[in-house]
Amino acid sequence: MAESRTPLLDELEKGPWPSFVTDMKKLAQRKPAVQDALGQLEMSYRDKKGHWKHGGIVGVRGYGGGVIGRYSDVGDVFPNVAEFHTMRVNQPSGWFYTTEKLRQLCDIWEAYGSGLTNFHGSTGDIILLGTVTQNLQPAFDALSEAGFDLGGSGSDLRTPSACVGPARCEWACIDTLDICHDLTNTFQDELHRPMWPYKFKLKIAGCPNDCVAAVARADLSVIGTWRDSIRIDREAVREYADGGLDVERAVVNRCPTGALSWNAEKKELGLKAEECNRCMHCINMMPKALCPGVERGATLLIGGKATILQTAFLSWVIVPFMKLEPPYEELKDLLRRIWEWWDENAKTRERVGELIYRKGMREFLRAVGLPPAPQMVFRPRANPYYFWWPEELEGNGHKEQG
Amino acid sequence: MSRTDIGPPYFKDMLPPVIKENYGRWKYHEILRPGVLRHVAESGAEIYSVRVGSARLMTVDRVREICDLADKYCDGYLRFTSRHNIEFLVSDKNKVEPLLRELKEKGWPVGGTGNSISNMIHTQGWIHCHTPATDGSGIVKAVMDDLYEYFVDMKLPAKLRIALACCLNMCGAVHCSDIAMVGIHRKPPVIEHDIVSKQCEIPTLIASCPTAAIRPNPKLKSVEVNEERCMYCGNCYTMCPGMKIADPENDGVAIFVGGKVSNARTPPMFSRLAIPYLPNNPPRWPEVTAAVRKLVEVWARNARQGERYGEWIERIGWERFFELAEIPFTDKHIDDFTFAIPTFRTAATFKW
Repeated sequence: MAESRTPLLDELEKGPWPSFVTDMKKLAQRKPAVQDALGQLEMSYRDKKGHWKHGGIVGVRGYGGGVIGRYSDVGDVFPNVAEFHTMRVNQPSGWFYTTEKLRQLCDIWEAYGSGLTNFHGSTGDIILLGTVTQNLQPAFDALSEAGFDLGGSGSDLRTPSACVGPARCEWACIDTLDICHDLTNTFQDELHRPMWPYKFKLKIAGCPNDCVAAVARADLSVIGTWRDSIRIDREAVREYADGGLDVERAVVNRCPTGALSWNAEKKELGLKAEECNRCMHCINMMPKALCPGVERGATLLIGGKATILQTAFLSWVIVPFMKLEPPYEELKDLLRRIWEWWDENAKTRERVGELIYRKGMREFLRAVGLPPAPQMVFRPRANPYYFWWPEELEGNGHKEQG
Repeated sequence: MSRTDIGPPYFKDMLPPVIKENYGRWKYHEILRPGVLRHVAESGAEIYSVRVGSARLMTVDRVREICDLADKYCDGYLRFTSRHNIEFLVSDKNKVEPLLRELKEKGWPVGGTGNSISNMIHTQGWIHCHTPATDGSGIVKAVMDDLYEYFVDMKLPAKLRIALACCLNMCGAVHCSDIAMVGIHRKPPVIEHDIVSKQCEIPTLIASCPTAAIRPNPKLKSVEVNEERCMYCGNCYTMCPGMKIADPENDGVAIFVGGKVSNARTPPMFSRLAIPYLPNNPPRWPEVTAAVRKLVEVWARNARQGERYGEWIERIGWERFFELAEIPFTDKHIDDFTFAIPTFRTAATFKW
């Protein structure tokens, strides 16, 4: 038997978790690009470093983003991955597919690309890994024909994504999937033609469990919530208790605001609705018995991002509650105002959260027309160094003196 | 010319009939066993979801395999989760068991629900990224092989979210995970002046440095680095290929713990540094997999039922965590970046 060309990668064929190496090796038999991708990866495993160069600018007609240029720094050794560009393809909301649609994608990427994919990229797109420059346009044409479009890349609106939402979750307080689809279609230009200081991410979660990590990963995080009281099915609570759930210990005692109480004798759950902060813990524990209220909408938060450059931010509340019903004009208008202010004020590669940190939340709120509310802060400032607007002072303050 | 700006396929065309009919009218769900969910609608209709771990990096052949299964058992409908799992959407109850049997035969892991480890969010690594400090798919494979028992079972105190980013750019946004692996560099970039002068925009390059360690070198039409200020983030290399930051001898993996994004009980939290450096040791990163397992198990042994990783540590105190996890506490653990001060203890109350 011939000696393996990938002795290190072969070690990743062992073990119970699905092996991308085994998978790639099979496709390598008919795809030279995959053969070379494995070869180059083996080289990385040996050298302990990557072998891809900075991307050149490649793309398809009419788009400024959606394609990531990628070139090998060992293209002479692995000519079939010398050019190995990525296409980002906008996923359907909630990552739902019919097999018919998925097979179309597979056929297109078999014809025009390496046949390697990610389901999905970190932002949510379908990632088609590896093709040559001359195949980009034909691949795009075929994708478009099949009803697919490109996602975002560079300094633009990145592909919005949403949790499973009302399609299959009883906790969805907003129609995450429809909002995601509607916003994506409304902002096609912002998605496809980079024109901003930097990227802008948008994620929509149906409830405060935040299954799409909107608070950590989106510049604008839309998180479904409700304003009225949790609804309780008292009979179902009793069933949980009878079924062995220690309601007092696992649910009531862990309520962060002490809004719940437990009558062990009657197996009755008490709720001081005004004390509830809608964290979802009790609902998560007893999905058959408890559910969000009926006055539903979303909390909007801004600024979430990873560490580069100044620090990581979790998004900050800027709208404690907004009703979100089609055509979502209030949300769209707010987004446009945010983008306008950010675009006018930000330095290159400054995310909106960093700009707000630099300029002050006060300036941001005024610029986009949002009223301050105590729900926006954990606690107010402890220092006396705050600004006044001229109109808040008698005689227009210092400005008149100058 | 093909059509542009058509947007993604309409999601409603991708939904199985039972979902279309009960859209927005689901009543409750239960986890029947690890990886198997049953959602019940107000109408009494139900749908079964079978959650399966995937490598995320898949060939078209493997995607077609998944399609074959979905055709056979799900009338051609499936979805993916926000953590790269596949979910087979089974409308016919009688097809759940046969699907599970075939998944078992074919070696697909079923799980990732409830108090388990779900699939790992991760980044490209050496397969396709140009700035990685470590690999993505390979470490994920090694770690998930090792923690397989916790994916296919629900024996942990709470859910555990593990993620990996192959450099500090954190495309995987791992900064709010229960356990996060991050590829790190440990030495300042080596400047290749001819590349910097020919290919890079100097002002943008200078602005890319979070610690203002890069200043112009007009003589060479390039830049120089104040090495004492550099903390090896690699952002300059992202902007300019002449700032070679990759260093096979010193690059490696850091591990952060205790982050979460859910609001349940406690607000979302950042992950915080537990292990500053482990070596890059392909193909199976034994030091990293062992460290992650140890971190999982120290939490599993000590946390209360329902307590996420960060909630557990915040309750017992970080000083106790380092002791229990047998991780030496170093000067690396004390923040000296932009927002360090609020992490310093201002109380005389702590444990020994």
